[in-house]
Amino acid sequence: MKRQKAFENFIHGIFLILGLITVGCVLLITLYLVAAGIPAIRKIGLRDFLFNPRWASTASEPSYGILPFILTSVYGTAGAILVGVPIGFLTSVYLAKLAPAKIRTVVSGAVSLLAGIPSVVYGLVGMMVLVPGIRRLFHIPDGASLFAAIIVLAIMILPSIINVSITALEAVPKEYEDASLALGATPVETYFKVSVPAAKSGIAAAVVLGVGRAIGEAMAVMMVSGNAPNLPELFGSVRFLTTAVASEMSYSGGLQRQALFSIALVLFLFIMLINAALNFFLKRSKE
Amino acid sequence: MKKFLTLTLTAVLAVSALAGCSSKQKGGAVSTDGSTSMEEVIGVLGEAFQEKYSGMTFTYNPTGSGSGIQAVKEGRCDIGLSSRSLKKEEKEEGLTETVLANDGIAVIVNPENEVDDLDVETIAEIYTGEITNWSELGGNDAEIVVIGREAGSGTRDGFESITATEDACKYRQELTSTGDVITTVSQNPDAIGYASLAAVSDQVKALSVGGVSPSEETVKDGSYVIQRPFVLVTKDGEKLSDAAQKFFDFVTSAEAAPFISQAGAVPVK
Repeated sequence: MKRQKAFENFIHGIFLILGLITVGCVLLITLYLVAAGIPAIRKIGLRDFLFNPRWASTASEPSYGILPFILTSVYGTAGAILVGVPIGFLTSVYLAKLAPAKIRTVVSGAVSLLAGIPSVVYGLVGMMVLVPGIRRLFHIPDGASLFAAIIVLAIMILPSIINVSITALEAVPKEYEDASLALGATPVETYFKVSVPAAKSGIAAAVVLGVGRAIGEAMAVMMVSGNAPNLPELFGSVRFLTTAVASEMSYSGGLQRQALFSIALVLFLFIMLINAALNFFLKRSKE
Repeated sequence: MKKFLTLTLTAVLAVSALAGCSSKQKGGAVSTDGSTSMEEVIGVLGEAFQEKYSGMTFTYNPTGSGSGIQAVKEGRCDIGLSSRSLKKEEKEEGLTETVLANDGIAVIVNPENEVDDLDVETIAEIYTGEITNWSELGGNDAEIVVIGREAGSGTRDGFESITATEDACKYRQELTSTGDVITTVSQNPDAIGYASLAAVSDQVKALSVGGVSPSEETVKDGSYVIQRPFVLVTKDGEKLSDAAQKFFDFVTSAEAAPFISQAGAVPVK
């Protein structure tokens, strides 16, 4: 009896340790980012760092302003949401409520596949097809632009939006819809006026998840956005927060490297905010 | 709780002890530190060296030319690697350079582009944004799309210092690898870019500079001007370790020349 108890405790202990590993990783990363990110901000000055529109990290008189990156990340994410959410949302309504079983299997299979494609492949296809295409379509000298990044990001966030929205829509009790139909509403009226409002917290969570995915993406946007540290323009070459870190990290040194950590810290804070929002919506959808 | 803490600590210690066993110290070691542009050359030479002298270990720390020079000065590595010549003050601080090889930087355009030849001044004017249209250079009426490398890249450093355009380049795209530059230029008929000569393929057209087309010969005889040396940095009058001396002798011998060519640079021997 006693031995069994000891064994139980032992197993509990192992699970506790495994759980603590995750917590430990998060703590470690947070502490490291803060510790590594603060010195450069101190040296540069918070206002200069956040609001100076010029980034020239290796110039003889270096300037470390990340305003262009922040604005680009915000605009790029907003653009991706603007394009991706309508498509994703309507797809999920169709799949959850309207689609015949066969079509549903095919489309949700395709959606899962889309989620599984590595981001570097999105980047490559974007670079070989989308960028030259934009160049020709809009008659601009170069297609690598914020616009190209928005298109790539919009496609990349589709799977998370569709999958989470479908789950939310399917969780709506069938009685609600039955009642609406019995009162004489058409099926489409029912879906948009009963099911969707009932699932709105879940759908909001899907959108926030999409925002998180879009703002954190580095590889794909690096390959299609041109990477020049300009203030964002729809058809201009831009650099995101993520790509600012990724593109200069390998050769950087000194204050430049510290500033890259500070950019990562800013990005981390953005992601924390988004996560908090996500938790808020998920909690609401449970209640 | 305490018990589990002890348990994890033991596990961690056991793992680290195992990791400690794997590095063998036999026959001597050579450590190099510096230029990232020399990665390919030094990698091939390191392999060849280890093949020739079994038991020797060779390490390369890609930190950039500046850090490599600093590391030799402070005695943190045997041989420093630099993809630029030493500055006067660095030589005065007691460092010696030995040129290992030369590397040409090709200026590349799309094969559809009609321009074949530019001089260094014109290239500089393109990169600083004074010339913005190919028609000014005898090409099509199209805006020039200026492609370059990211800040800190050895190729960018080399290109900008030879064309005297440091901090003045107006890039439309800053890409993070030679391959990306070549792909982008091959996709856009109005683009111009630069890349290590060794990496240039038929997808793009390498321009001749001041009438001299880039090739192994023209880099070697110095007539192709957009080139930079790959340099081994050592301390004046300080004896290298046996292993490091063997490595130094090997890479500067004629025997190493084919390996250097294989890695795309032009050997001096």
